[in-house]
Amino acid sequence: MNRLQGSGLRVYTLIYLAFLYAPIVLLPIFAFNNATVIAFPLQGFTTNWFVQMAENPTLRQALLNSLLIAVSASVLATCLGIFAARASTRFDFRGKGPVMGLIMLPLVLPEIIVAVSLLVVLLAAGVGLSIFTVILGHTLICMPYAVAILSTAFSSLDKSLEEAAYDLGETKWSAFRLVILPLVMPGIVSALLMSFTISLDEFIIAFFLAGNQPTLPTYIFSQLRFPKSIPMIMALGTLLVLMSIVLLTLAEHFRRRGVARTGQTDTGGFI
Amino acid sequence: MTAAPQPLQPPVQPTAHASRGPARPPLDGRKAMIECRGVQKYYGDYHALRGIDLTIREGEFFSLLGPSGCGKTTLLRTIAGFEGIDGGVVLVDGRDMANVPANVRPTNMVFQSYAIFPHLTVAENVGFGLRRDPRSRAEKAAAVEDALGMVGLKGYGGRAAHALSGGQRQRVALARALILKPKVLLLDEPLSALDRKMREQMQVELIKLQRQVGITFVLVTHDQEEALVMSDRIAVMFEGEIAQLDGPEALYARPASRRVADFIGVMNFTPARIMGGGADHVTVAVPGFGTVDIPAANVSRADRGDAGPSIGFRPEAATLLPAGAEAPGRVTEGVIDEVVYYGDMTYYDVIMDGSDAYDGVPHEVRISMRNVFGREVPDVGTRVRVSWSPGSLVLFR
Amino acid sequence: MATANSTETGQGLRLIAPPLLYAILMLAVPLLTILAYSFFKDGYLTIVREFTLENYRATWADPIFRTILARSLMVAAMVTAVTVLMAFPVAYFLSFVVAPQRKALWIFLITIPFWTSYLVRVFLWKVILGFNGVINSGLKTIGLIDEPLKFLLYNTGSIVMTLSHSYAPFAILPIYVALEKIDRSLLEAGRDLGESRLMTFWRVTLPLAMPGVVAAVLIVFIPTIGDYVTPTVIGGGKIPMVANLIQAQMLDIDNKPLGSAIAISAMAVVAVLSLLFLFLNRRFLRVRA
Repeated sequence: MNRLQGSGLRVYTLIYLAFLYAPIVLLPIFAFNNATVIAFPLQGFTTNWFVQMAENPTLRQALLNSLLIAVSASVLATCLGIFAARASTRFDFRGKGPVMGLIMLPLVLPEIIVAVSLLVVLLAAGVGLSIFTVILGHTLICMPYAVAILSTAFSSLDKSLEEAAYDLGETKWSAFRLVILPLVMPGIVSALLMSFTISLDEFIIAFFLAGNQPTLPTYIFSQLRFPKSIPMIMALGTLLVLMSIVLLTLAEHFRRRGVARTGQTDTGGFI
Repeated sequence: MTAAPQPLQPPVQPTAHASRGPARPPLDGRKAMIECRGVQKYYGDYHALRGIDLTIREGEFFSLLGPSGCGKTTLLRTIAGFEGIDGGVVLVDGRDMANVPANVRPTNMVFQSYAIFPHLTVAENVGFGLRRDPRSRAEKAAAVEDALGMVGLKGYGGRAAHALSGGQRQRVALARALILKPKVLLLDEPLSALDRKMREQMQVELIKLQRQVGITFVLVTHDQEEALVMSDRIAVMFEGEIAQLDGPEALYARPASRRVADFIGVMNFTPARIMGGGADHVTVAVPGFGTVDIPAANVSRADRGDAGPSIGFRPEAATLLPAGAEAPGRVTEGVIDEVVYYGDMTYYDVIMDGSDAYDGVPHEVRISMRNVFGREVPDVGTRVRVSWSPGSLVLFR
Repeated sequence: MATANSTETGQGLRLIAPPLLYAILMLAVPLLTILAYSFFKDGYLTIVREFTLENYRATWADPIFRTILARSLMVAAMVTAVTVLMAFPVAYFLSFVVAPQRKALWIFLITIPFWTSYLVRVFLWKVILGFNGVINSGLKTIGLIDEPLKFLLYNTGSIVMTLSHSYAPFAILPIYVALEKIDRSLLEAGRDLGESRLMTFWRVTLPLAMPGVVAAVLIVFIPTIGDYVTPTVIGGGKIPMVANLIQAQMLDIDNKPLGSAIAISAMAVVAVLSLLFLFLNRRFLRVRA
């Protein structure tokens, strides 16, 4: 009975996974398909679309912009996240609930709201729209994810580890550097990678705040209207999916190493 | 009940402590290592330490004993420097610790969770505090190896810390603290995470280790047996105050209050009436025991909330006499109401004749007897004679 | 000497100051600004700082806004229902069937699609469902149909399906976490006390999993209301939702006070609905507190 139930659920979950992966599986198929129209039957193998992609100057600019934004936003969000995660797991202070609530708010706020409100303020303050303003917005929306990952890393630490280092003659800062930092380092790496992935993929905020600078998602969005650009977008999407998988595998690897290093049991998942 | 009468003996008194007596030099003349004068501590509105006065001498094995929430860990952490104090003074080796942070105090701590750094090896853990030590790398490595040898972990240096067992973690924590040659070693419930057998083994090892290094140990524990086994002196704490500070024997035999008596070991309480007294004794009437003169040294105070005066005695302070046997002390009679067999010993709950005289409720007293091969354990309902002496009763008034 | 409490507050606040300051400047101030804008008058290229309720009156009197808001709420509600109902068995499978050492791998598998380019994923649904799309061309190739099926794209159903696909992990993970927290002996107790497997699920597992379900509902419902990409790409601009309306007012028409009033109105509706939902489920949420 129980086994039967289990296998029923397993079949259901596999079908569900097929639904989740369906669009992604199509990407490489059409990226290498020698036809300008995305349709069956397939017309043979080509790498033209990848060549076309590599030769596109606007795309190259968009990629550079996106990388610059993603690196800056992930570093900023992770640094700010370390402060917030450390404060919320280590100290019990007045107003902690509302403060953490505000910091985590972008998680449940529709991105369009974040985008328009930031746009209004930046324009009112006379700040010109550029890559820089996108970095500001992306840092804001990546911060809650970084805080969530880092809080897990910080809260799994025994408070007496730090006290022990202090008791053995270290200062508060060197105790943090020698004990806390190495133990949460996997969390920091995984927060960086996750923030990087989110920023690289974010569209709405970039759409509102980038001015006339292209980022990868806004460039893709602009090309979706032109059927002849679609095969190239398929090629680009294939590369992006590959990169996401590599980054996520790295993040998962670091998370697991953190688990193994501190000898905890693996509870699974990085959210 | 055919064998010869058994002499009075204390069956639950642990043996480890008794064996260390003669090897101990007297501590009375030693200098004070830790002095607390009127130490106060608040957590918000909660009054955690209510004026602690206490002197711990050099080389002493001292225990802070009490139920959870009594302030014993807080007191230990104020000595370590992890908690500031809101009043009073803490001196270590004669020096006021008011503005001395934990990392420069001459104290080191063994944490309840051991706090072994999981990302370091055993040797890196033990050598953690030597980072600022000017000695050469080789000398430090030798010191680490010595410290590991001292706790029986020679050759474990290269192991990953998170792969150690509970007992091994405990030893690493000890080596890590002792390698810095502190004047005081603070131990926060160090044995509570171990299983019973390991705990008993570590108790003996800690005593040996303390004698070997000769420094002051301050142990926090909620386990009265552990405190009795290991300590030179014990401070029993309730609600942020020290209820009694004494050696193990005195604490066990002459508890200062009924609450202390109840916390340490098993004690029978029977309501009593005070009939009179003299310079060296108090005369009380105890239902089931008759009229007894309690020596003045055995008079302790009752606690708030007690119904009235009571006498107390330990289960091993009375003996069941076989029929016809003679005994040196007083003898009263009763009926066995319950028998609890423990292997090496047996507890008998006895209802003494006339124990219901005051309130109409028959009062049981628990009497323990060491079991002897060939002597039968009497059954429930057996009439017995109970031998006891007035000197082993304590009066709480 | 200061008491422990106030030093902790001081240390904690000092440490959290940088992210807090950032959140205030980049989130609280902007939100308060659009709140203020929604009460100002629009003077074509400038904003007239004069208090007025006209923007809200205009917003709520406009049948287009009401239609679009109703459609957005309906789409979001359908997406939420579909996503959460479809996600629950998956979360249950992960928590109760998968061996502990393989859980991380399964969760990894489920989250990967979520982290791949959102735009490309949404567009691929258009490719799959489109007039000349994968389904139609595939069916034509194998000879099942002669003419492309037109009902696949540009309707609410296709928007709901695309969004359900996008938000799947958001629903699975909170439910999974809630299920993981359930003490397995409670289920054995339910069986021991004479309930069938199904009734044990109904009376023990489900109530204890409700905090996760509630979280999943909110985490899916709130962002879907504000989704911009899916109605634009899948709806082909013919089925706008609130985000499209806000975008049009803010950028194309450039009436920032009216756009702010629309944004605030939509947010208020979402907030009220969310609080109502939390209130209705309060007895499940109290269990764990």
